Amino acid sequence: MWRLEPRNSQSILAAWIAPLLALFSTAITGGVIFWAMGKDPGVALYIYFIEPLTSSSGLSEVAVKAGPLILIGIGLSFGFRANIWNIGAEGQYIAGAIVGGGLAVYWHESTSSFLLPAMLISGIFGGMIWASIPALLKSRFNANEILVSLMLVYVAELVLIHLVQGPWRNPMGWGFPGTRMFPDAAQMPLLFQGKRMHLGSVLTVIIPLIAWFVLSRTRFGFQIRLFGSAPTAARHSGVKSSRIIWHSLLIGGGLAGLAGVIEVAGTIGQLMPNISPGYGFTAIIVAFLGRLHPIGILLAGIAIAVTYIGGEGAQISAGLPKAVTGLFQGIILFYLLAFDLFSRYKFSITSRKVTQQ
Amino acid sequence: MNTVDPPLLSLTGIRKAFPGCVANDSIDITIRSGEIHALLGENGAGKSTLVKIIYGILRPDRGCITWSGNRVEITNPGQARELGIGMVFQHFSLFEALTTLENIALALPNENPKHLRKRLLETAEEYGLTLQPDRNIYELSMGERQRIEIVRCLLQDPKLLILDEPTSVLTPQETSTLFQTLNRLASENRAILYISHKLEEVRSLCDKATILRGGIRIDECIPSEETARTLAEKMIGKRINPILARERRRQDKLGLEVNSVTTRTNQPKGISLTNINLEVRRGEILGVAGIAGNGQTELMEILTGEIESLQRGKICMLGTDVTNLNINSRRDLGVVFLPEERIGQAAVADMTLIENSYLTAPTRLKFSKNGLINWNTVENFSKRIVKKFDVRATGTNALASSLSGGNLQKFIVGREILQEPQLLIVSQPTWGVDAGAATAIHNELQDMVFAGAAVLLISQDLDEIFLLSDRIAVISEGTLSSARSVEEITANDVGLLMGMRHASDTKSAYVAT
Repeated sequence: MWRLEPRNSQSILAAWIAPLLALFSTAITGGVIFWAMGKDPGVALYIYFIEPLTSSSGLSEVAVKAGPLILIGIGLSFGFRANIWNIGAEGQYIAGAIVGGGLAVYWHESTSSFLLPAMLISGIFGGMIWASIPALLKSRFNANEILVSLMLVYVAELVLIHLVQGPWRNPMGWGFPGTRMFPDAAQMPLLFQGKRMHLGSVLTVIIPLIAWFVLSRTRFGFQIRLFGSAPTAARHSGVKSSRIIWHSLLIGGGLAGLAGVIEVAGTIGQLMPNISPGYGFTAIIVAFLGRLHPIGILLAGIAIAVTYIGGEGAQISAGLPKAVTGLFQGIILFYLLAFDLFSRYKFSITSRKVTQQ
Repeated sequence: MNTVDPPLLSLTGIRKAFPGCVANDSIDITIRSGEIHALLGENGAGKSTLVKIIYGILRPDRGCITWSGNRVEITNPGQARELGIGMVFQHFSLFEALTTLENIALALPNENPKHLRKRLLETAEEYGLTLQPDRNIYELSMGERQRIEIVRCLLQDPKLLILDEPTSVLTPQETSTLFQTLNRLASENRAILYISHKLEEVRSLCDKATILRGGIRIDECIPSEETARTLAEKMIGKRINPILARERRRQDKLGLEVNSVTTRTNQPKGISLTNINLEVRRGEILGVAGIAGNGQTELMEILTGEIESLQRGKICMLGTDVTNLNINSRRDLGVVFLPEERIGQAAVADMTLIENSYLTAPTRLKFSKNGLINWNTVENFSKRIVKKFDVRATGTNALASSLSGGNLQKFIVGREILQEPQLLIVSQPTWGVDAGAATAIHNELQDMVFAGAAVLLISQDLDEIFLLSDRIAVISEGTLSSARSVEEITANDVGLLMGMRHASDTKSAYVAT
């Protein structure tokens, strides 16, 4: 008889193998789905998972997609480690894009080299302001941050739509919703000629390293981990819960806001209704796929970015529907949670007989 | 006692291994009807595992069980109950929001509720176990809850009753009532398996004792023919160092002074403290006795400063008014705290010993500078703790959860003592800790007092209170009795102070039913 038994100690090996197994199982399941849709599974999977990595433009696109996922995922991981469940990063991303992008809309003829840095900083503040609402309500009234942060996503979306259809609409835009194109001074410098990969990708690599340092070396990082694993012990150690709530939400919001402004200043070049293909939500998957570890999140962000790009390729060359991307991300999270079980439990075979020897 | 018939229960060659440890190995035990049989052993000796095998919660890897001479396989607790085995767990399995009668009815689904009330009261009265069928569990004392569990077992007419550490939550008076009940049950030719590590109890109550150590049966003996000391030696396997003689240098300087402190709890089951006054001098131990849930947690919280809800009053530590200081500022004065909860408060289960040694000492031992933690210093500190306090662990990188209760407690005590405090505020320092570790911890506390520290000891273990304290006060319902010198107060006095309300409560209720 098969049984699940709790492990004596968490298996670190299993914790790191689980994401790999999840990716592998997703590929297998994806193959079955492609086959059922009448496509050649081998070809479809190649288009989906391999092709984006075979060309420099594909790699550049992966970097562009991975950027916001990694930045947001890192920010969220601080909160998740402290058991603060900010799932409204999408709203904080939009708030960052609005506040940062707003500068470019206002000074749309500027050529100042201060404009871009000012936008980035404002973007961080925008995300922080949006995240401070759940932080305030949670630390003051113990309001559930999951609900508050999630609902604020829809508020942020509506504010954005209002702005780009109303006061900030491009006067020369033939009535389409969207602001003016940002001036050159408000655009992220490109890293390579002819590719969309921009300066934001550098930040995408630096931020995880900083996060790693903060979490492993600083008192603050330790308190975050402590608060997440044992709040009573944290209190006994002199950690104030309101401080952790504020800090972890502000970090999450700030990085989501930064991701938002980088996306509009780097890839899109204007504010418009659809500035995010759900980065804020997908980043939750990225954070967990990366084990809430900064380097893990970096890798997970790249893996998920591949599914976005592969999904686009599959639409074009294999005629697969767009929904397949979301489907794949869902399957990955599903398998990850399933395999996660094995870092805490293991299979054992129990004999029904009790023999005398 | 019946020695001619086949024994009621006999286990031979029982072995049960868990990943990483063998909990029971070739254990033999024989229990006869009418016998009160003690199962003695330190924490981790394998008592719980063996009992779970008997009650059908665990299956042995090897070995054989006979019941009244017939070979049986006990696969689940339901089957154990059918055979006639009843069990009272250490942690009661009662629904707090339900009444006594409802809880019992849940365990006996085939019973007609109307008859059940009658049977319940009859059984309770027959054995002198006062019960109040319509009271909610959360209103009841631990002793009353235990009586419910016992009556619940008795209604199923068990031939063997297993009690796991039954007296750990009882007042001395409640304990002696329990013993009368158990003797009565034994006289009805029922067998009782009595799990304990309290040697005096076992000596006065039990007919036989099986002693386990490290998962192996060490000896079977007749406890009344042994002394507490010889029993302890069998249990621990080495001679215990006697606790150092009580010889103190009590000073006039105050270590801790609490002045008419009153709090109001906002927890549903919390206790409000009323006008608490106490003082502990340097060079003495003040013991605070009391049954769990009478305000000990709340007292600890106002002393640590984790809860800032003093309604009235003032607290001074080592000559400084700390009423408005937080826990780390209090620590900086030279105060350490040992809270009741080992895992989750004093230590974090899924963190390493190194990380755990950082928890209460970051500012006092200067582990961090400008917000950066110097993990090397922390690691050295944790190595010192492990070495000096003989903590058995695979290394300082071991997770706290991998240590046994006693070893983790030694680690936590060591972490606080190595900070060289002048005032120690400790709660249940040896709760669930084996006798060897308990003695070590007691000796450490004594040493601190000799060196001139003040100690406030909050404990439910009366033996511990009397062993260590210079003066004793009793907490009950959030009020604290005045402290009396240990020479002037007896265990009986303390018991009366502890259980005053519950005793009078039960009496009036009994008359009413």
